[in-house]
Amino acid sequence: MTPRLTDIWVYLSTTPLLGLTVTLLVYQGAYWIYKRANFNPLLNPVPTSVAVLVVILTVTNTSYQTYFDGAQFVHFLLGPATVALAVPLYPQLGKLRRAVIPVIGALLAGGVVAAGSAVGIAWLLGASDTTLLSIAPKSVTAPIAMGISEKIGGLPSLTAVLVMVTGVIGVISAKYVLNFLKIGDHAVRGFSIGLAAHGMGIARAFQVSEEAGAFAGVAMALTALASSILFPLLLWLFTP
Amino acid sequence: MLGALTILLVFQLVGETISRGLGLPVPGPVIGFILLLAALLLRRGVPEELRTTATGLLTHFSLMFVPAGVGVMVHLSRLRDEWLPITVALVLSTLLTIGCTALVMNWLMRRFSHKEKA
Repeated sequence: MTPRLTDIWVYLSTTPLLGLTVTLLVYQGAYWIYKRANFNPLLNPVPTSVAVLVVILTVTNTSYQTYFDGAQFVHFLLGPATVALAVPLYPQLGKLRRAVIPVIGALLAGGVVAAGSAVGIAWLLGASDTTLLSIAPKSVTAPIAMGISEKIGGLPSLTAVLVMVTGVIGVISAKYVLNFLKIGDHAVRGFSIGLAAHGMGIARAFQVSEEAGAFAGVAMALTALASSILFPLLLWLFTP
Repeated sequence: MLGALTILLVFQLVGETISRGLGLPVPGPVIGFILLLAALLLRRGVPEELRTTATGLLTHFSLMFVPAGVGVMVHLSRLRDEWLPITVALVLSTLLTIGCTALVMNWLMRRFSHKEKA
């Protein structure tokens, strides 16, 4: 009996089927918990799934490469999903046009603070160059942040982790920061969450109001766009 | 759904080709995103099938971050060595970003929104 089970495991562990199926099962379990907990930001399904999968892979002694051979089918969807972001943005264009100056001003200020403060603080505390380059796009949505990280010489997979942690910090803290600053306007609240905490911020903002969600979406898209142009340009300017 | 998925992939492919072909710093999917937005503006509307597929795909947006996130296991030693700068930088920077963005936008809204209405 035992050798047979081992044979099956040896076969399954080398096919993409296992990595893909386990990813979907774990994520749906994590999402179920998140839903049961009334969408408490502390129980966001992404960090939960990642933690569970890392434990499973470590216990079964499976390499990340083997796992990714299966999970890459889910990973691949990030590309078309990024293109698809144009669809929810389209109906918001009118609203956006009316607030174009505040939006551009906030985008520039927020973008500079997001990248500048992260790199500055990490540098002051002695982080390595690779970490600095990987942390710079931490407020940009993951697929684009990873692309930027790769282009400027960071580690895309490390960036993905930093982006996710940033998203979790953002959705937990946004309410307190914005209430402390007495910001009541939902467009402003949504925009700042979307700029700082990308996709996770959007999901959070939509739970507050349609307007907040729409502006969070605009913020994420504009941050993605502006940073994918500006980051490589800055690096090119400052590299001798 | 198949048609809409094909549209998204075609836009991504064109974006990727432009990005690589011209050596642009912008990732291919972002160029695809801009091109799709331009196409929707020209068309003056979103086709129903595309809207349904895009919404469905974006509903599971966070699932797509999981495989890359599991890559943390490759970086565990780096995170252990640099946990202090990484944690402090992420927490402080995120709070500062939310605050500064909100203050600047709030201030500009008050200055410019009324002027445009008049």
